[in-house]
Amino acid sequence: MQVTQPAPGSRVEEKLYNVRFKTDEDQSHLIVMDAQMCARCTDKPCTTFCPVNVYKWETGDRKITVSYEKCVECGACRIGCPYFNIEWRYPKGGFGVQYKFG
Amino acid sequence: MILSAPDRYDVVVVGAGLAGTAASYLLAKAGMNVLCVERGEEPGTKNVMGGILYRQPTEKIIPGWWKDAPTERPIVDERLWLLTQDSMVQAGFRSARYGEEPYNAFSVLRVKFDKWFADQAIAAGATLVTNTVVEDVIRENGRVVGVKTGRDQGDIYANIVIAADGVNSLLSKRAGLHGELAPNQVALVTKEVINMSREKIEDRFLLNPNEGATIEIFGDSTMAMLGYGFIYTNRDSLSVGVGALLSDFIRKKINPNVLMEHFKNHPMVKKLLEGGEAKEYMAHMIPEGGAAAMPPVYSDGILVVGDAAGLSNPIYREGSNLALISAKLAVQVCVEAHQRGDFSAHALSRYKTLLDESFIMDDLRAYSKTSQFFQKKPEFLEKYPGLLVDALHELLTVDSVPKRAKQRKILRQVLANRRPWDLAKDAIGALRSLT
Repeated sequence: MQVTQPAPGSRVEEKLYNVRFKTDEDQSHLIVMDAQMCARCTDKPCTTFCPVNVYKWETGDRKITVSYEKCVECGACRIGCPYFNIEWRYPKGGFGVQYKFG
Repeated sequence: MILSAPDRYDVVVVGAGLAGTAASYLLAKAGMNVLCVERGEEPGTKNVMGGILYRQPTEKIIPGWWKDAPTERPIVDERLWLLTQDSMVQAGFRSARYGEEPYNAFSVLRVKFDKWFADQAIAAGATLVTNTVVEDVIRENGRVVGVKTGRDQGDIYANIVIAADGVNSLLSKRAGLHGELAPNQVALVTKEVINMSREKIEDRFLLNPNEGATIEIFGDSTMAMLGYGFIYTNRDSLSVGVGALLSDFIRKKINPNVLMEHFKNHPMVKKLLEGGEAKEYMAHMIPEGGAAAMPPVYSDGILVVGDAAGLSNPIYREGSNLALISAKLAVQVCVEAHQRGDFSAHALSRYKTLLDESFIMDDLRAYSKTSQFFQKKPEFLEKYPGLLVDALHELLTVDSVPKRAKQRKILRQVLANRRPWDLAKDAIGALRSLT
């Protein structure tokens, strides 16, 4: 079987190089409230529908890690988590994504 | 800017997007003391839309706006594509009339436009404070009397709060107006701005210098999810986006960037983007529940406008205009309320009446019907595009078969896929839901 590599520039991680962020180093504006809940969640849809892959299931630790620093603040996880288990706030004033074009 | 606390204003507007800035501008023009609070570094840095702003509704805020505002291109050509994996059915409307004053629509990039728009509000006398998150409303005796910001001593008092804080509108939830939207009441859209030279854009899209085109792309663009893709021409870039209902992303376990790459790599889309350089990737939600999903838009001391109020009509690519017009109606009510000194829910309910009487609610009620119909009919996404393409393929392939035999073959093929009764019901249902 031929393994196809993703085309250059097609991965979200590469696309985010172009996006400007001002990261709040002190605190995450996204908090998974109950880690047990994620362990019980079968589909873990947040790991799929987040447009920038903020959420990742760590099999070893049995928990979701939250890379809030690349969040573009769309709000989909707030609505899409089947257990409303994500506390979603805006980053502190002036922090978070800063679009250049919009 | 430092706020001296406690500050008091006639109106505090939360959010410097289209609705918030329009409200601030008009309130200042009406001589009111207005503060607009924005969480971004500058107005626009948090704001995303596909990119089409309409001339006439925007003139209801600032007459002749397009002569000064940073627009990209006036839109003279609007195209509609229906894609399958290897084919396309297309329709469109182009008019030279749209290429001359007073124009119909312009492509815009929100970061540039919103900055300009906010400058107009400031020049009119509004106060703008940026880098500031509004965290809650302040209540006294059950009435909203101001907002709490994330700043020290950041309480701001006002007779009326206008929530213009976009699709996520945490403020209207804090004010108790809103529950949470359901995943089938929002679309999740990703967009890329792709640089391309002016000449190349004009050649590829068959445009005269400084004319613009839009393409709305249905079918295979969304991997059979309810939504569509788009390509809009800017001055020297393209806005390329694709979105679908959040509930469809969840159900089909599709990642939005995977959808974006699928869309960009469709052979017919790829050809248009070739050689372009991606400059920014973004994601945004659009309220798509229509009238059925709207929260109450007023309460004691508070009004909700634009996306925060769920005002969008995606099938006609309208949203920016609804934001602007709702802001204008809200301002009218604010001015009346101040004349009477009455900021009660009863006085502010006039805003809902004005919305109801405007084209906005008429369109949004119709849109609810459309959205509910197509959500229940996956055939329109999964079956009909392929049948239509096969039928056209049969009809337009010249192969020495009599036309009547071809027509019979098409009919057999369609009926093999869908019973006549269901076909009729779908056709009538689709027409009804759209009218």
